[in-house]
Amino acid sequence: MSDVQARIAEDVKNNPVLLYMKGTPVFPQCGFSSVAVQILTHLGVTFEARDVLADPEVRQGIKDFSNWPTIPQLYVKGEFVGGCDILKEMYQSGELETFFKEKGIALRS
Amino acid sequence: MGMKGSEIEALLREAFPDAEIEIRDLAGDDNHWAATVKSAAFQGKSRVQQHQMVYAALKGNMGGVLHALQLTTLAKD
Repeated sequence: MSDVQARIAEDVKNNPVLLYMKGTPVFPQCGFSSVAVQILTHLGVTFEARDVLADPEVRQGIKDFSNWPTIPQLYVKGEFVGGCDILKEMYQSGELETFFKEKGIALRS
Repeated sequence: MGMKGSEIEALLREAFPDAEIEIRDLAGDDNHWAATVKSAAFQGKSRVQQHQMVYAALKGNMGGVLHALQLTTLAKD
């Protein structure tokens, strides 16, 4: 495993809710990343974020890690949950809230 | 940059011959698309797996030439 893959694996393992995104939660640099942040914020989930624009290695590395070509990407308890479309779909159906609860992630609401 | 709707549809059609495919140009710029793909190939697959199958069908264009594809996948009985 290359350095960056090991680094991502470690990061995903150590952070129960981790969002890889373009920009930061306060200043998202892409509409899709912005939607992901809004969903997590709305559910009241505490999450860590990584700005892939700040690290070209991670920007490519995360796509290889999950075999997923786009950003954002959400990881919960080490599991890749999906990108913007899947999060939106799960959020709208109420499935995302259930998923977080099942994973033992606290929701503030 | 961008991809024609007909090119996207042709790639999807090739990979999912049975599929009902609907493609919409969201911004009129050949760069922001929405696609709904309904195929029996998605049966028993997770959403992540279904989307990965579509991305594979797009042969590396997703995230590159194709910046934005809002994707909905459905399993057909």
